Amino acid sequence: MGEVLLRVEGLVAGYAAPVAGPLAFTLRRGEILGLAGPNGAGKSTLLKALWGGVKVFAGQVRKPPGVRISHQAQGFPDLRGIPLTGRELLALTGAPSEGLPLWLAERLGLRLDRLSGGQLQFLRLWACLMAPADVVLLDEPSNNLDRAGVDYLADWLGRAHAGQGIVIVSHDPALIERVCTRVVQVDARSAQE
Amino acid sequence: MSLDLLFDPLFRLPFITGLLLAGLLPLIGMFLRLRGEWLAALAFAQMASAGALVAMVTDVPMLLGGALAALAAALVKGLMARAGAHAYALMMLAAWGAGVLLVANHPLAEQAGHALFDGQLYFTGEAHLVASLVAWSVAAPVLGWLNRSLLLAHVFPEFHRARGLDPRPRLMVFDVLAGMVIALATVSIGVMAAFALVFVPPLIASRFGRSWRAGLALAALVGMLGYSAAFVLSLGFDQPFGPVCALLLVGLVVVSSVKSDRL
Repeated sequence: MGEVLLRVEGLVAGYAAPVAGPLAFTLRRGEILGLAGPNGAGKSTLLKALWGGVKVFAGQVRKPPGVRISHQAQGFPDLRGIPLTGRELLALTGAPSEGLPLWLAERLGLRLDRLSGGQLQFLRLWACLMAPADVVLLDEPSNNLDRAGVDYLADWLGRAHAGQGIVIVSHDPALIERVCTRVVQVDARSAQE
Repeated sequence: MSLDLLFDPLFRLPFITGLLLAGLLPLIGMFLRLRGEWLAALAFAQMASAGALVAMVTDVPMLLGGALAALAAALVKGLMARAGAHAYALMMLAAWGAGVLLVANHPLAEQAGHALFDGQLYFTGEAHLVASLVAWSVAAPVLGWLNRSLLLAHVFPEFHRARGLDPRPRLMVFDVLAGMVIALATVSIGVMAAFALVFVPPLIASRFGRSWRAGLALAALVGMLGYSAAFVLSLGFDQPFGPVCALLLVGLVVVSSVKSDRL
């Protein structure tokens, strides 16, 4: 059993009012935990609550000192007119380019606003996934990816996650089933392991 | 057009002062553009001009007055981050109103007001040159230090916060730096020339830069070349520098857009 990275107990989170939870789980190094559930169940809100990105109304998230969290949120900031290349993007988070699929590795010198939506999504995903971190939070990672992108991501997660604990939010049951070692079902205002 | 004045030692100091600022302002502009805050540059410039005028009529150095007003603007901007463009617009209107009223009602402020609004950089002195050199020596390493944080704050807004780090102090350092540099530029080359050099070169670099680093270099180059051409034209045709600089830079955008569309 790997070291415990996150211990979540009775977590209720939201904005002006609670919108998600309670959620409870333990994440260990080497695990990939899936948060599955219908749209509107509050999965993304709970993911943000794991690092304090939204208001926590009840419960707690405990992590050992020094545990670093990397979060890939849904959606892109507007990158039009910003002359930032893929290589520069990876350097920002400290993610290496080794291991990238060839169809993306050969485009690293291009500006981000010259990439397709799927290429950009995979690159942002990679920048978060491969950044130096103990816990990686991925919010709908398969959005905008084609079949080849999803396959590559699933294969990579299947063989290269031993050093990290990963939490994935997805409405794609096939991806959850393929890569996750455990699944927590998130329903409206109630989620337990 | 007479170019004899170009070789007059009297104009060397203003030229070098402006050239230093013309290389620095576009770098500040690149980061303001990245953050969608380019309008803040105009607010800083207007605030600095009002502060410089108030300083003049109260017998305080204009440089100091401009810098203090821009510092106040930077702090207001940092504290009112959520207000965004609204805060910049309100600062601009307040500073413009105060500046014009001072010029209209105080004889001392009239000449200085015209220099600030017309951009008569030939009135810059040794203090402006020294301040510009200091600005470069501070801004270059500070921008290098802030570069990653400012880019991450835009591209991955959660990056620092998810690691328990607060990005706001670094963003505030940038606001203060931007305010100081723009204030110095405003009292040296005028309000609209300073704004044009913050806004236009990054606009061109954003279009043609092949990378962030190349974009920064291109912005600085466009700023310095545009400034130099404007200096020569305004001196040669005996025209105020500010409008010549603004028109020339806007012309560059138009020409580069047409060329870009044809490629």
